[in-house]
Amino acid sequence: MATPSALKRISDTIWELPRGYKEGMLVPARIFATEKLIREMDDGVFEQVTNVACLPGIVNYAYCMPDGHWGYGFPIGGMAAFDPKTGVISPGGIGFDINCGMRLLTTNLTLEEVRPRIKELVDMLFYRVPSGVGSTGFLRLSQDEFRDIIEEGSAWCLKRGFAWPEDIELTEERGCFEGADANKVSRKSIERGFDQVGTLGSGNHYCEIQVARPENVFDSELARTFGFTLPNQIAVMFHCGSRGFGHQVATDYLQTFLKVMEPRYGIKVRDRELACAPFNSKEGQDYFAAMKCAANMAFVNRQMILHRIREVFSVVFNRSPEDLGLNMVYDVTHNTAKLEEHTIDGKKTRLLVHRKGATRAFAPGMEGVPARYKEAGQPVIIGGSMETGSYLLAGVKTGGHAFYTTAHGSGRTMSRHQAKRMYRGSSLQHDMEERGIYVRSVTWGGLAEEAGAAYKQIDDVVEATELAGLSKRVLRLLPIGNIKG
Amino acid sequence: MPYRYLGDIATADVAFEATGKSLEEAFTSAAEATLNVMIDEPDRIERKEAVDVELENDELEMLLFDFLNELVYYKDSRKLLLRVDEIRIEDEGQFRLAAKLYGEKLDPLKHPLGADVKAVTLHRFSLSKSDDGWKATAVLDI
Repeated sequence: MATPSALKRISDTIWELPRGYKEGMLVPARIFATEKLIREMDDGVFEQVTNVACLPGIVNYAYCMPDGHWGYGFPIGGMAAFDPKTGVISPGGIGFDINCGMRLLTTNLTLEEVRPRIKELVDMLFYRVPSGVGSTGFLRLSQDEFRDIIEEGSAWCLKRGFAWPEDIELTEERGCFEGADANKVSRKSIERGFDQVGTLGSGNHYCEIQVARPENVFDSELARTFGFTLPNQIAVMFHCGSRGFGHQVATDYLQTFLKVMEPRYGIKVRDRELACAPFNSKEGQDYFAAMKCAANMAFVNRQMILHRIREVFSVVFNRSPEDLGLNMVYDVTHNTAKLEEHTIDGKKTRLLVHRKGATRAFAPGMEGVPARYKEAGQPVIIGGSMETGSYLLAGVKTGGHAFYTTAHGSGRTMSRHQAKRMYRGSSLQHDMEERGIYVRSVTWGGLAEEAGAAYKQIDDVVEATELAGLSKRVLRLLPIGNIKG
Repeated sequence: MPYRYLGDIATADVAFEATGKSLEEAFTSAAEATLNVMIDEPDRIERKEAVDVELENDELEMLLFDFLNELVYYKDSRKLLLRVDEIRIEDEGQFRLAAKLYGEKLDPLKHPLGADVKAVTLHRFSLSKSDDGWKATAVLDI
């Protein structure tokens, strides 16, 4: 794919499209990537990141991370910060799956202990963590209880014995976006999501059993701090979000913003998926409070899945979850907007930071990093394809030039359609098993769509974030078992 | 049903083009295209439940957007897979849609599951009149 001729190389890993690239750009656009990754980026990234640069109140640059590919409104991998007084909030900068995110836990088991039980583990997880179209969770909640969940977040789980106190400490925002208001979400959104707590969903969502091989540990001190102390230690990583509830919140406010954006606020956008409202308006504040509800639902969703994973391991190994060391490393979100304080030209400034398929990566010592990781920096969990592996990274002090943000995954390069034409789910499952990865999926087609070759090389993406000073590698995790929706 | 999936528009998701001789037929084709992403073999859906849908919008295109969103809503909230029985669209200053849908609850043992549709997006979303009828294009976030 050809890159735009106006694309300027600022450094080995920073590329810029100037304001003159497109009429209406208020700031330049910056893409973090190696030369190889920028050449492979689809045209949508350049088109969309420069559309974002036109949004009112944007500060510094419209950014895109090395795993960037086209999305709705913002590219996936997009990040933009807005002045809360003059800027906008846009569902297109957050994603339909609000607080889609990653959670990682360790075990004190090694590959040698888990390998003989892998089928049992994966099969039981497959039944205990529902996935796929229309799946429902094991919690029987009333709609009123669901309203409590979306305002309280993970604290709700702690009260009911579904969480350990340290789970809360090790979740971004301690598992609760303050200011969530259940009165700002529609009846429809609650009806879509109230029975989906504890479900994975489908698409690229998954739960994976992984191994940290000694040769894949890049920083053994950080690895130890994050709980990896054994050779060939087993970990569990999963990826999911706010399910139908969050999707409906996003759809509702997309429609609201489309109606008021131009007549009431005089804002024109280049793409309807960039519908927005001033952050400082009734509609903007309503969406912010509703988005927080969806974010909290996602935290609870992942907490309930963690609870199920602990149960499954406990049954299979006939030991308590505590005894098996089923401890959280971290839970990180990659689809949100948050108010954060950052330094611009030496001045502390409050900003509304949109991250869409982009992960917060706070540096050592920053407020918001759990006390036990204060010196290490915030853990960052990057999910790869189900065949190639994933990464644990850490935030770094040099990340300020991207408001402490890094990549979120490997990014697709092949359409689902094409992947399904090229791979058959059943033979892929067989091939993967030969290579030591036992996978279960609700659908063969869905499995084929997630074939490793449909994704960018995650090693390239992660290396680019390190070269760009956004995050550093701690260790690489290889799959041995996977369930996907 | 006159619809086809477009491979090149949506790397991470599913895009389709649906057509019909009339507006009503195009809406019906778009509904079928959406349903067929969520499950294979829609012909196996039986007539066990009925749902009436009434919608209105200033814009015809957004009326289709609302209609497809209703299908996603019923899939999650009532686990219903729905097909169009009757549909009427009228222009009364506002565009109004009245549809009778039929179908049954999703049963993974009976309906081969596809991908869960998170949302209907407005990315390249369009509804236009052509020489031989109407054509809709949509991208679904999955």
